[in-house]
Amino acid sequence: MFGNGSQPPPSSTSLKNTYDRRSFVMGTIGAGVGMLLAGRMAYLAIAENEKYETESESNRVNLTLIPPRRGWLLDRDGAPLASNRADFRVDVIPERMSDKERTIAVLGEVLGMDATALQDLTDKIDKARGFQPVEVGAGLAYEQFAAISVRLPDLPGVVPQRGFSRFYPTGPSVGHLIGYVGPASAEEYEQDRNPLLITPGYKIGKDGLEKQFEQQLRGVPGARRVEVTASGRIVRDLETRDDVQGEAVQLTIDGPLQDYAARRIGLESGSVVVMDCDTGDLLCMASMPSFDPNSFSDGIGRIEYGMLRDDERVPLRNKVLKGLYPPGSTVKPMVSMAFLKEGLDPEETVFCGGGLRVGNRVFGCWNRRGHGTVDMAKGIYQSCDVYFYHFAQRIGMDPIALMARRMGMGMEFPLPVVSQFYGTVPDPAWKQEKYGRDWATFDTVNATIGQGYMLSSPLQLAVMSARLATGRDVLPQLLLDKTSKRYPSFDFSNEHLNYIRQAMSDVVNGPGTAGRGRLPLPDILMAGKTGTAQVVSLNVSDGRSGPWKYRDHGLFIFFAPFDKPKYAGAVVIEHGGGSGAAYPIARDVMTFLFDPQKGLEALDALERQWGGTAQERLEHKYAAYAAEAGEIIRPPPRRDEEIFDRVDAEARAAALQPVTEATDAAVNRSENEDNPPVETAP
Amino acid sequence: MNGIVPTPIARQPWRLLIPLFVLVGFGAAVLFSAAGGNLQPFAASHLVRFAVFLTMAAIMVLFNREFVRFLAYPAYAIVLVLLVAVEAIGAMGGGSQRWLELGFMRLQPSELMKPAIVLVLAKFYSTLPPGMIASWRALIPSGALIAMPMALVLMQPDLGTALAIAFGGAVVMFLAGLPMRWFVAGGAAMLVAAPLAFFFGLKEYQQRRVTTFLDPESDPLGAGYHITQSKIAIGSGGLTGKGFNEGSQSHLDYLPEPHTDFVFATMAEEWGLFGGLLVIGIFAMILSWGLRVARSSNDRFARLLAAGMVATIFFYVAINLMMVMGFAPVVGIPLPFMSHGGSSMMTNMICIGSLMMINRWNREAPSHGIGR
Repeated sequence: MFGNGSQPPPSSTSLKNTYDRRSFVMGTIGAGVGMLLAGRMAYLAIAENEKYETESESNRVNLTLIPPRRGWLLDRDGAPLASNRADFRVDVIPERMSDKERTIAVLGEVLGMDATALQDLTDKIDKARGFQPVEVGAGLAYEQFAAISVRLPDLPGVVPQRGFSRFYPTGPSVGHLIGYVGPASAEEYEQDRNPLLITPGYKIGKDGLEKQFEQQLRGVPGARRVEVTASGRIVRDLETRDDVQGEAVQLTIDGPLQDYAARRIGLESGSVVVMDCDTGDLLCMASMPSFDPNSFSDGIGRIEYGMLRDDERVPLRNKVLKGLYPPGSTVKPMVSMAFLKEGLDPEETVFCGGGLRVGNRVFGCWNRRGHGTVDMAKGIYQSCDVYFYHFAQRIGMDPIALMARRMGMGMEFPLPVVSQFYGTVPDPAWKQEKYGRDWATFDTVNATIGQGYMLSSPLQLAVMSARLATGRDVLPQLLLDKTSKRYPSFDFSNEHLNYIRQAMSDVVNGPGTAGRGRLPLPDILMAGKTGTAQVVSLNVSDGRSGPWKYRDHGLFIFFAPFDKPKYAGAVVIEHGGGSGAAYPIARDVMTFLFDPQKGLEALDALERQWGGTAQERLEHKYAAYAAEAGEIIRPPPRRDEEIFDRVDAEARAAALQPVTEATDAAVNRSENEDNPPVETAP
Repeated sequence: MNGIVPTPIARQPWRLLIPLFVLVGFGAAVLFSAAGGNLQPFAASHLVRFAVFLTMAAIMVLFNREFVRFLAYPAYAIVLVLLVAVEAIGAMGGGSQRWLELGFMRLQPSELMKPAIVLVLAKFYSTLPPGMIASWRALIPSGALIAMPMALVLMQPDLGTALAIAFGGAVVMFLAGLPMRWFVAGGAAMLVAAPLAFFFGLKEYQQRRVTTFLDPESDPLGAGYHITQSKIAIGSGGLTGKGFNEGSQSHLDYLPEPHTDFVFATMAEEWGLFGGLLVIGIFAMILSWGLRVARSSNDRFARLLAAGMVATIFFYVAINLMMVMGFAPVVGIPLPFMSHGGSSMMTNMICIGSLMMINRWNREAPSHGIGR
């Protein structure tokens, strides 16, 4: 059609015609392209309008979850053992960072982090799964927070926000009991695909009660819709739905007592349990040495964790629930009760010459010189082993094991805790099943003095003490329940109960083994029973000196007042070198319970000697440990917040105001106001 | 036109100028929005440049035919020298450079080459005896005239401009009446050469532009981002748009280059399909006016020159619109009269000025159907 003019040579006229034809074709093609573009435009704007409108909205609007404020953990008087503190924080989301080294360097510079902290941060980021937020810093000054917010466009993956961090006023004193919070791990997120778990800065309970009551404490997240630019800068807030704070959990724990007991353990490694004999309320479950849950909640550092992990006193284990010890002589009142139940006359005596031959082996009394003539009361207050060796053979193991179980040994209690160890109450059937061997007389002999196979936790010892003191089937409680309850009575006669109580009172107040355990109070007498548990055989160590881990455990169970028991408990000091390490602690704790001022005086004197409170010592220790590792640790900023004054031991002594008043104050001074939106420079 | 209107005014090509003014004004409004509701830095300079280049076009209108014919080879030669100079300066400076710093403006010689190639080819074919149009003498010199600047521009490297030069030249050759089979053969050769050029001639980033054009979703946050965001902007505008100054895609920086290459997307987001059809309609009016000027021209030189200028503007518009709507790879070609940028404004106003000039020639010596 076009330009096939090779036969007649082209002239200007034919070229003009060709031009006209071709330009018409070009114009038509151009018009076609125009129509095509108009059609495409219409297709995008009409047919695909909905799709692109959605995409445009999802570009423009960023929905962020507002992590709910965590519910408080309260002590029995309503003072917070765990609360929330408003703070500015910065997280990073590793997979969104474009230049990791540079981002970390900038953050380090703005936040003034030293080499250790930077190393910790790098470690954490390397270990984290990509989507998992990693905390860079919490509790920032506003200036630091603002400095990071302005640089955001250059720092993809960095998330600054105003949030709340968990705060434990008494720190290490409640570490094991309450646990701590931390960012959800990848496994936890696999299990619970809640988007909240990967919200930067959101923390879930990782241990202790924080973990146990996670769902209750969690609350309902709020949401915030913001308009953001392509680089993530927030232009304005569109809509905010407030979060709903998690429910508070009120414990039976007495905050000041818990703090006091934990601090009174001092340089030792051990635990103190105190419970209310009538209600079973656990007033104190102190386990030391411990960790500072505030450190964990802020994201614990490499060095600090290393220090805790390497410590032979296992500060990461809750000894109240998971420490198992041979109960030693603390079982003797219980064994005596079994004897009484089997009809043994308490006046019947045996002669103690320092030992007793059982079969072909001589079992020594702890007192090698012997106790002379011993009846049941003396067997308890002088803790004569021979008395029990003798009569246990007559009564047999089964009634003793039965009584041990009724007293709570070997039991698991219905408590809201992550785990508890329940130890062993041996009997012939147990031994047959476990070792396939027959029960021997010397097994009975060992068991009656709480050695051999017998193992129990401090909590069980405290329950045993409470049940012996009251003759009732007291169950330990950890959640405060104000309804009055009365536990069913065991069929012990009053006569028997009084006999045991009197004998246990004589341990402390009479010619017993815990003479220095007498309460410095005129009208209240404490009853108790000492115990010493051998760790290694006598030919390795005498149990009182030498390497720490070869020393005997010191144990003490107690209740007071002895004639009308109100409080009962147990103290276990690991490798304390004998019961002498345990009962002074029980004495001071009970003193504090009845007379805080007096109790605190005793503690003050001791803490001066030890070099500060438990928290201060932990900090010093960390600094020293870090220095050894070649790092410099700046002391954490001291918080002089009044919130301290409500659950630490001094609070009770200083202000002997009515408890209800303190409770109100605690609620009013709430830091849990709403979370105002982050201001961002336009 | 109208008896009331004085002749010098009535004589002006209003069928071109009114749509053009509307388009430039609309462009300024869009640039005002792209700057977040400010005249600075885009809208004001856009209008100032238009005024300057409109004056330039008005002066061009006064040129007579002989002068323009005389100018063709020297102008082409000068621009070619400038292209070489740019290349030399770039090589000395240790990097690629596309412009010459003249002090008062940055001159991009490759832009000037677009009208210059049309001018020189129009001159060439208007002087070529009609009998030779099917011989090698019609093809080889003009092929060289196109190939030299293309090679220089490709070295910069600026594929979009090189293609624009080739397109302008090819259109003039086509309209000059070269045998159809040459174009068919050339098209076939390109089909064969395109894959080879893709794999051996293009730089890696240019290849990526092509691959992401074919599948933008393959890399939504990387190279496909531009196309995706542009389509979101156009599609989310709907029928009437989000409203002036309300475009979230452009205002929140999701749309890349909202004031230059993607100005159409910025416009469509705020003005919707109606705005888009208005812009396409105005371009249709301007281009069809240009084609009419070309056809009613009474000599071969003017006809070819006018049609070449129309083709040059058309190439800009078509490629830019195809790009923003996801029909073409991202090649960096602005939308005439709307995008912010002095060089493209200059080129397009040279084209418009040439068309107005030819329009004046036509009016003064109406076509008698006899070519010269």
